[in-house]
Amino acid sequence: MEEQGNLLEIRDLAVEYHTDEATIYAVNHIGLTVKKGETIGLVGETGAGKTSIARSILGILPMPPAKIVSGEILYRGNELLRLPEREMRKIRGNKIAMIFQDPMTALNPIETVGFQIAETIRQHDSVSQVEANRRACDMLEMVGIAMGRFGDFPHQFSGGMKQRVVIAMALACNPELLLADEPTTALDVTIQAQVLEMMQSLRERLETSVMLITHDLGVVSEFCDSVAVVYAGEIVERGTVEDIFDRPGHPYTLGLFGSLPRLDATERRLKPIKGRMPDPTNVPEGCRFCDRCPRAEDRCSKSPPAESEIAPGHAVKCFFAPQR
Amino acid sequence: MGKFIAKRLFMLIPVVLGISFIVLLLLAITPGDPAKMMLGTQATPERIAALRDTLGLDDPILVRFVHFLGQIVQGDFGTSFMTKRPVFDEMITRMPYTLLLVSVSLGVSVVLGIPLGVYAATHHNTWKDNGAMFISLFFVSMPVFWFALLLVRFFGVELRWLPLSGIDTWQSWILPIVATSLGFVATIARQTRSNMLEVVRQDYIVTAKAKGLPERRVIYRHALKNALIPVIMVIGNMFGLLIGGALITEVIFGIPGLGQYTIAGLTGRDYPVIQGSVFILSVMFSLVILIVDVVFAIVDPRIRAQSGRNNSKKRKVGNQIEEDPQEIEA
Repeated sequence: MEEQGNLLEIRDLAVEYHTDEATIYAVNHIGLTVKKGETIGLVGETGAGKTSIARSILGILPMPPAKIVSGEILYRGNELLRLPEREMRKIRGNKIAMIFQDPMTALNPIETVGFQIAETIRQHDSVSQVEANRRACDMLEMVGIAMGRFGDFPHQFSGGMKQRVVIAMALACNPELLLADEPTTALDVTIQAQVLEMMQSLRERLETSVMLITHDLGVVSEFCDSVAVVYAGEIVERGTVEDIFDRPGHPYTLGLFGSLPRLDATERRLKPIKGRMPDPTNVPEGCRFCDRCPRAEDRCSKSPPAESEIAPGHAVKCFFAPQR
Repeated sequence: MGKFIAKRLFMLIPVVLGISFIVLLLLAITPGDPAKMMLGTQATPERIAALRDTLGLDDPILVRFVHFLGQIVQGDFGTSFMTKRPVFDEMITRMPYTLLLVSVSLGVSVVLGIPLGVYAATHHNTWKDNGAMFISLFFVSMPVFWFALLLVRFFGVELRWLPLSGIDTWQSWILPIVATSLGFVATIARQTRSNMLEVVRQDYIVTAKAKGLPERRVIYRHALKNALIPVIMVIGNMFGLLIGGALITEVIFGIPGLGQYTIAGLTGRDYPVIQGSVFILSVMFSLVILIVDVVFAIVDPRIRAQSGRNNSKKRKVGNQIEEDPQEIEA
């Protein structure tokens, strides 16, 4: 694998949640790389483990119950999982920042938005309060909020505006990597487009790498350079947007595209992938997708398929992956 | 904010009037005759009837109520049946004792209770948390009068470290304050802990961590401040309970405060004393609730936005919300 140009490299990451009743296998030995300036989309159903991956990177998994059982996360060659808390704090919000799914609850209700942005700046850059406030105002303007609203509280903003504030907060220290965890899921469609457009232009301006977590394939096709398809805590297929959209190799990916309604077709019903994701407390021995897969054979339920590269940079975790 | 406070102060009047009327009504229907108590068991029915007449006890309730109001407006709370001294003067000399006992106990409860609650919450599910909560449960469950007697017995009688009763030196205050506040330390600790545990699960706490803030700042600046909002409410309500508790502690420890005065009035059917004390205590309690609401508005911007700004759009919402505290008081 090529080493240079990789901003972030995840190897063999596995996350489990231990509760009194059961162990949930949320992330199962995944590998992933994010190149500098690249936008990578993490696509998958709810509960596939996407958020756990992002939170592992930032070291903000709720521990307990979560536990990282194996793997390493290399950021510019530094192993984040072994970094002492003090060092990790310098990376959080500074080098790697995160945007959360629900802007309604992501902001502290009793502090002004200006304070919350300036707080991040003061934490990472040794600047005066006045300077931090000035930069916070700039950030607000950058995301399209008048700086006069610096002293307003979150409840005085609409959902879309709050998400802009969250984005301003995340970008306040010019992070190299932005983890966007379903940044538009909680917003309505018109606001989604606005927020995405804004993120797009900011990304180009600030040259930030982005890991975009979503279940919206449309967003991925417009926004991302490469894609990783996550299913039941595994990455079943990864490659460039062209690889995934034009030459999908995994039956699950095919199913995802198949389930999209088409404007030019006459079918009246949606075509979902039949069945449900396996119970994360009791994962199957073989391929995770086996029960729902139209092509499943005996061997699929016996042992998990290995990841095979069907084209440079395009890897599929399936026995039926077309060989090069 | 000024308008809000003025409005709330105005609201005090019907509340206190209502309480005074209910007290008068209750006194009228409870058995026991002040005239009989003053004259003793040997008194002739004629003498009792004559005294009842001079005290105005046979007048209709409304007449007595109007009479009582008329006095109060002039700052006159009547004369005690038993001591023949003006109730107002008595209350003024006794007030500082009760205020001191209640406010120091409240201070101790807050100063010890909040850190204990945070400690338990930050050590959630460890033996430290369990230990703190077990001790709290113990103190919450213990009635004040029982605990006060235990303290007297142990520190006063057995060890002879502290005075048994009466107020002479500052040492005399220690046992009453400990007895009154321990239960409330525990209440505040438990409340703070459960609010903290609730708040640290909120998304904005994850956001604060993701910003790279140190754990301490996340806990104290972001979590605790939010967790304390409901605790302020509890503290306000506690004040009422504290006054109730003070009635008992003052009797047990022989503190010449309002509580002791009220109890003496109650047992002696001394109507002016009872009416006067209840009046003062209810005004005090209502003022505390008002202070709590103002503190609420200062801490929580969402409430501040609702409590009347010169914004015509918001005023409508404000009026609806301002009716809420009324219901709480009622």
